[in-house]
Amino acid sequence: MIRFLLGKLAYLIPTFIGITIVAFGFVRLLPGDPVLLLAGERGITPERHAELSAQLGFDRPIWVQYLEFVGNLFQGDFGLSITTKKPVLTEFLTLFPATIELGLVAVTLATLIGIPLGVFAAIKRGSWFDQISMGTALVGYSMPIFWWGLLLIILFSGILKWTPVSGRIDLLYFFPNGTGFMLYDALVSGQSGAFTSAVRHLILPSVVLATIPMAVIARQSRSAMLEVLGEDYVRTARAKGLSPFRVVSIHALRNALIPVVTTIGLQVGVVMAGAILTETIFSWPGIGKWMIDSISRRDYPSVQGGLLLMAGVVMMVNLIVDLLYGVINPRIRHS
Amino acid sequence: MTAATPIPSERRRILREFWFYFSENRGAVIGLGVFLLLVLLAIFAPLIAPHSPTLQNRAALLVPPFWQEGGSTTFLLGTDAVGRDILSRLIFGARQSLFIGCVVVSIALTGGIILGLVAGFFGGWVDAVIMRVMDVILAFPSLLLALVMVAILGPGLTNAMIAIAIVLQPHFARLTRAAVMAEKNREYVMAARVAGAGRLRLMFRTILPNCLAPLIVQGTLSFSNAVLDAAALGFLGMGAQPPIPEWGTMLAEAREFILRAWWVVTFPGLAILVTVLAINLVGDGLRDALDPKLKRS
Repeated sequence: MIRFLLGKLAYLIPTFIGITIVAFGFVRLLPGDPVLLLAGERGITPERHAELSAQLGFDRPIWVQYLEFVGNLFQGDFGLSITTKKPVLTEFLTLFPATIELGLVAVTLATLIGIPLGVFAAIKRGSWFDQISMGTALVGYSMPIFWWGLLLIILFSGILKWTPVSGRIDLLYFFPNGTGFMLYDALVSGQSGAFTSAVRHLILPSVVLATIPMAVIARQSRSAMLEVLGEDYVRTARAKGLSPFRVVSIHALRNALIPVVTTIGLQVGVVMAGAILTETIFSWPGIGKWMIDSISRRDYPSVQGGLLLMAGVVMMVNLIVDLLYGVINPRIRHS
Repeated sequence: MTAATPIPSERRRILREFWFYFSENRGAVIGLGVFLLLVLLAIFAPLIAPHSPTLQNRAALLVPPFWQEGGSTTFLLGTDAVGRDILSRLIFGARQSLFIGCVVVSIALTGGIILGLVAGFFGGWVDAVIMRVMDVILAFPSLLLALVMVAILGPGLTNAMIAIAIVLQPHFARLTRAAVMAEKNREYVMAARVAGAGRLRLMFRTILPNCLAPLIVQGTLSFSNAVLDAAALGFLGMGAQPPIPEWGTMLAEAREFILRAWWVVTFPGLAILVTVLAINLVGDGLRDALDPKLKRS
């Protein structure tokens, strides 16, 4: 197991180097002089420009800048945001819980609905349930989620007035020493109505963000289940006279779920990309919206740090999924 | 010799067999029908659209669709905030979306096939370098990478297409590489090599035609992804710029009216959904028809 883990980690090193090169290179290609951006609208004298350039290290050879950039990364220094003058890592970590909360709820929702949908569709192959659920899954898979979000706002916030249009919680509530996870903060604060308010704010964004992963998980569960149901050991289990429920839940489902775990893990990248759109539509103060704002403000240390950190998160989750796959799949564990 | 040069009757038989399996999937046939209809709409847009897509009708701002009170049959699906006919903009928008899909898939497919062929055929450090670069591209959330690339290149349709193609391309490279690795030690390749075929001939004429099935399916999926991503970039203000009648850009312009004029928001999104759904239906059908494992079962 440890060799397996080390092998995977060694495999990640070139990818990690590549990611740092991309993030470092990209922002140096962004249009606009970073020193002028820092100076703001008042303008700057040529002497002060040269001085600031030297201070920020822009006058040194590019590879020196790169090595220093990587060295700083290892000390947790991702630079300072141009707009807020705060460390990029602090900004990221402040906003990240909002995205984790939204993403976790979305992936949970997608899994809880997607797996049963796919499994039942496979068991009842060819039935109207199969056709309707797989049709729905394909529609979900094809959904432009930014439009889907707007439609839900029109219906549930505009017409029915059930849910708020944007934000994470009513302005009435405030948790000065919160963890950033609103559901948890609201629950432990003991303020009446806080938790309900947080849930009501979370419903629409998480449904929107869950749409595509749910469709993918449902389709994958169905095809994995179909494959397993055709295997000899399932036929043997049936022939032994086991109840259909037992055959499906004990013999088939456990094996069918192995590839589905990988699929769920791969949805983290999808959720990260989806968070950019979902958070923009619902003004959800997470890293997706922060990235969009940073790009439009040309706050390039933030764009650089955000790119790196988001890719890092996706890489880490994929590694965990790979390891988990090794743990639950005996064929890989013993090979 | 290879599948690249079958005799005409053989080719007809293959096509007939393909159509037999494809047409068994009702959804795929419907998807293909809708897609062909969209292609026709796009080609004949100037003849079909009742108005110019960019003509601003100051006397008819935010007119609702014809079946609603206040609507008129002059503007069947209503008008937007500056009085442009939504139906005409949607019809012209089909041009943008199909064009985006074609260009993106062509670039991604060509780039991916070449990289995948080279990586799979040569192996060794060439393979390692190419595939690590692909891993790096895949490590970023695709939309985010496309967004940052467009921010560098400057917002606009061309740059958006280039960015999306780069993001989608590793999938083709991986597929091609895997297929080449599986094929390159087979007997027919050995035979061609012994017969004196050069490297380029081996790669493109002998091996490639036998790796096409998964690439075609991936191409269809990428087409729908390209349409979705381009619309998303348009929605975020980084894709096609106004007044181009691109569906995502139309949605971005409509955002502030969502609670006042539902039609400016509903129809462009519906157009994106229908297009993407049709292409995905075709993709599912192609996968089933081209997958020999499913055929036998």
